[in-house]
Amino acid sequence: MSKLEVRQIHLSFGNIHVLNGISFTVHDGEFVSLLGPSGSGKSTLFSIIGGIRRPDRGSIWLNGKNITGKTGLISYTPQTPSLMPWRTIIDNVLLGQEIQGYRDEKAALAMIDRAGLKGYENSYPHELSGGMKQRVAFIRSLLSPQSIICLDEPFSALDELTRMDMQNWLLSIWSEHQKSVLFVTHNIEEALFLSDRILVLSEKPARITAEFHVPFPRPRKEMLYLTDEFIHIKREIYHVLRGQLVKHS
Amino acid sequence: MRENIIKVWKSVLVFLIIFLIWEVSVRVFEIPEWFLPGPVQIFREAVLSFPVYADHIVPTVILSLIGLAIGTFIGVMTAIFLHRIPKLKEIVYPLLIVSQNIPTIVLAPLLVIWFGFGMLPKLIVITLVCFFPITISLLNGFLQTDQELKHYMLMAGASSRQIFWKLEWPSALPSLFSGLKIAATYSVLGAVISEWLGAKRGIGVFMTLSSSAFQTDRVFISIFIIVFVSLLLFFVIQLLEHLVIHWQHIEDGKPNE
Ligand SMILES: Nc1ncnc2c1ncn2[C@@H]1O[C@H](COP(=O)(O)OP(=O)(O)O)[C@@H](O)[C@H]1O
Ligand SMILES: [Mg+2]
Repeated sequence: MSKLEVRQIHLSFGNIHVLNGISFTVHDGEFVSLLGPSGSGKSTLFSIIGGIRRPDRGSIWLNGKNITGKTGLISYTPQTPSLMPWRTIIDNVLLGQEIQGYRDEKAALAMIDRAGLKGYENSYPHELSGGMKQRVAFIRSLLSPQSIICLDEPFSALDELTRMDMQNWLLSIWSEHQKSVLFVTHNIEEALFLSDRILVLSEKPARITAEFHVPFPRPRKEMLYLTDEFIHIKREIYHVLRGQLVKHS
Repeated sequence: MRENIIKVWKSVLVFLIIFLIWEVSVRVFEIPEWFLPGPVQIFREAVLSFPVYADHIVPTVILSLIGLAIGTFIGVMTAIFLHRIPKLKEIVYPLLIVSQNIPTIVLAPLLVIWFGFGMLPKLIVITLVCFFPITISLLNGFLQTDQELKHYMLMAGASSRQIFWKLEWPSALPSLFSGLKIAATYSVLGAVISEWLGAKRGIGVFMTLSSSAFQTDRVFISIFIIVFVSLLLFFVIQLLEHLVIHWQHIEDGKPNE
């Protein structure tokens, strides 16, 4: 059971108003995407959810407990894979557990195997490609004890083909775990393909301007991209995003 | 590996040419031996007087090593201390930078007055000259920490102790080693200069004795020994660096990913 609630978060940097009353809920086992233009405050929102920055107003709740300003309760994957260059893959993957005071090497090895990285356990990050590193970062989150994973544009640095592979892989491995995911992206197709629900953020000061329930059944296949329904919703979201931009300029 | 060997050979060749020009000039212009002996003469003297200076090498090496060890220890401790207490660092760091521009070695005569001619004033001098580059480079190293990784660790619930040992310390190791290399050269320099001020044995002593007797070839021998010891220390530290920072060593091997 895990339910993340973000309630009326406001934040300004000096006189720059960045977050303007953000509220939403991520339910148990749900995959929710935050879709918004870059610079709208998505990473900032993550640092608030993760407890390393205090909001000016508002609060964060996990399973009915106020966790505003508390760290260690969500698992976060930064925009770049952020692996430690001096740690082997297995040691990198176990970092989240180590911070909580334990190491489950058996689970880690199984997960590395499952991620198609068998044989790389004792390699160093620089020996891996960009996509592989991102997979390692994601395994690190999955192995961490927290039940909510926050992913900050994890695939934005990858080429289109690798990105598709990674999306497929992410879905398949996520379906085997009971973790809730909050996924940040500025790519409409990516959000549609992965999520149960999409929240559209405006430019800063950011508010949630629209919410879309994604109706496609799981497991999802790449062919989904080409269906009429997919393109229809994509167009709808595009108009919402586009409309915001026009209003601002 | 092959490229390295070629590089080394190129340097050796340059030195051989310099020695050759030197030897020829000394002979052609008939420069008196007390003024500038040729490399051949210096080499002959180095072989003949080996028993004379052999006893002087070990004390200097030991002095340098002990001084370097103490200086490194104090330097590392100071850096960690200042890093963990940012308020203190704000006050002390500018002072450190300023004092780095003062040649600490000028304190040596004063230390001899206060502590006599024994081991203690010499170790204090070496410690002082080694400590600054270590502290400053390590403090800079802590600033090299990847901020995204730090955010990751903080959100994962890491304590400041975990952040330090699992992230900041390994991030700073490459800088620490650059500081160590500078400190190693300084330590030999510090040892020799403090021996000039008074000691029974040591390369510094051998140097002043030879100099006042106009045995210029022996002065050159001392210089070569000092250079050799410094280089040796440098390479030992570089070797340690490769062993400790193995991940970067491999990374350097690759052109770019
Ligand atoms: N520490 C900070 N100080 C001042 N402004 C900041 C800081 N961090 C982010 N910002 C500003 O807040 C806005 C949102 O940044 P960010 O959360 O990184 O956006 P996103 O992740 O959506 O691209 C940006 O305009 C950025 O310039
Ligand atoms: Mg961002």
